[in-house]
Amino acid sequence: MIARVGKWLDDRLGLSTIVELGSHKTVPVHRYTVFYYLGGMTLFFFLVQVCTGVLLMLYYRPSANEAFESVEFIMTVVPFGWLIRSIHSWSANLMVFFAMLHLASVYFLKAYRPPRELTWVSGVFVLFLILGFGFSGYLLPWNQLAFFATKVGTDIAGAVPFIGHWMVRFLRGGDRVSGGTLSRFYGWHVAVLPAITCVFLGAHLALVQLKGMSVPPSCKEEAGKRQPMKFFPQFALRDLSGWLFALGCLAALAALFPWELGEKADLFAPAYENIRPEWYFVFMFQTLKLVPGGEIFGLEYEAIPILLFGALGLLLMLVPFLDRSAPGKGKVWSIVGAVALLFVIGMTCWGYMSLLPLYVVILSGILLLLLAFITRGGRRSEN
Amino acid sequence: MEALESRPRRRFLNYFLGSSLGAVVVSFLYPVIRFASPPLIPEATTNQVEAGDTSDPLLMTKGFKIVRFGAEPVILLKVTDTEYRAFSATCTHLDCIVGYQKERTRIFCNCHGGAYDLNGRNVSGPPPRPLTAYKVNLLAKGSEPAKIVVSKA
Repeated sequence: MIARVGKWLDDRLGLSTIVELGSHKTVPVHRYTVFYYLGGMTLFFFLVQVCTGVLLMLYYRPSANEAFESVEFIMTVVPFGWLIRSIHSWSANLMVFFAMLHLASVYFLKAYRPPRELTWVSGVFVLFLILGFGFSGYLLPWNQLAFFATKVGTDIAGAVPFIGHWMVRFLRGGDRVSGGTLSRFYGWHVAVLPAITCVFLGAHLALVQLKGMSVPPSCKEEAGKRQPMKFFPQFALRDLSGWLFALGCLAALAALFPWELGEKADLFAPAYENIRPEWYFVFMFQTLKLVPGGEIFGLEYEAIPILLFGALGLLLMLVPFLDRSAPGKGKVWSIVGAVALLFVIGMTCWGYMSLLPLYVVILSGILLLLLAFITRGGRRSEN
Repeated sequence: MEALESRPRRRFLNYFLGSSLGAVVVSFLYPVIRFASPPLIPEATTNQVEAGDTSDPLLMTKGFKIVRFGAEPVILLKVTDTEYRAFSATCTHLDCIVGYQKERTRIFCNCHGGAYDLNGRNVSGPPPRPLTAYKVNLLAKGSEPAKIVVSKA
């Protein structure tokens, strides 16, 4: 019976062609193969976001008078509401984290070289979209932190010359952060950004399939000697077990550290002590803190780092077109990347200095050791 | 021969089709962009507000409170028992709402650590400009606590 249904579908959809194509897909094996899993992991957290996000939409109400209460309702009354919302928040953070790891590994292994420039550009664009999701989703619970993060985040757009003021009004839906901003951000978070992401993520994934995995120049010889791994089922099953592990971690994090809701936004209360944005914006936040007040040629000092960050974002996207060095060369770009990474990590640590818990340091140390161990393990098995 | 003759005509038609397509796209985009840009809504101008009286527990304990001045937050400070001052509570750096640190006698923004003195001047941290000052009048009526009125300077 199943075979007959399969045959019927195959005649109409041409499934066997896809299966045939898939069976030829291979993944090169070398000491950095582990980095090939990072993109898939990011995709997994994205899928979790889609599922939990759709569920949250069933109860969430995007208005200044009801948003906070509806999230409170989800957290306290709706069965498993606390779980869904906490998973949504945790998974959002992990998605950003893995997207950044993915970006760093692709950057340092120089996988953006021809013919994969567009894969890189679409990937960086998806990362920016993910940050947009983070920023717009942040306002939705309408708590104090959300209110100030949005005030600051939208005010930053004012630094752009000529159209800055228009951009601030466009983002806020008016002159101030208000209920109007909330409905606007909701629209972006659940409709505009997902639509754009579908296009770019689709293009990114299609390009990865089309061009295959990039082998770093330093691993060419090793990858040539070792038998490539079949995508189905070897690589896919490894991917899936990673996803299963990640799902377990998400459930554990959501259960042990449910996401806080904080206090309802008060448009007439001072910002509370130690207020800071989500960790992935802390390096920019800390930089802004360090720039003194003043003006040069009619440009306020604070606008300088803001415009610089914008320019660096653009530069990041254009890396494949700027680094035209031969394979195995182009150390300068690795050094530039390392300096940028050190800046981001350093500023983030500085931003958290007042309350960096020891366990974060220890955990990140263990993670790094683990990565080093895995990559070394691969090299040893080659010898 | 005929094909050669029709080339400029074809080019002309292609150009025509292309530009009319462009015009269609623009005629779709223009209303969409205008729709998404929020309309300017004139706000009722506020010139003065009553901000409670001098017996306000917030003023007694914390030495300050945030007053609604129309849609703007204004910070009202109790400098001494008889002297009150008011400034715009919107930090000139990135739009956060400032508070008062009584023990350090300064107006402080928790967002990026901007500090102002009790005259609203930006003295340290990132703020580029001083806070706008407002006028404070105390209306005393016999032995009752005086009413505080904040108005535009």
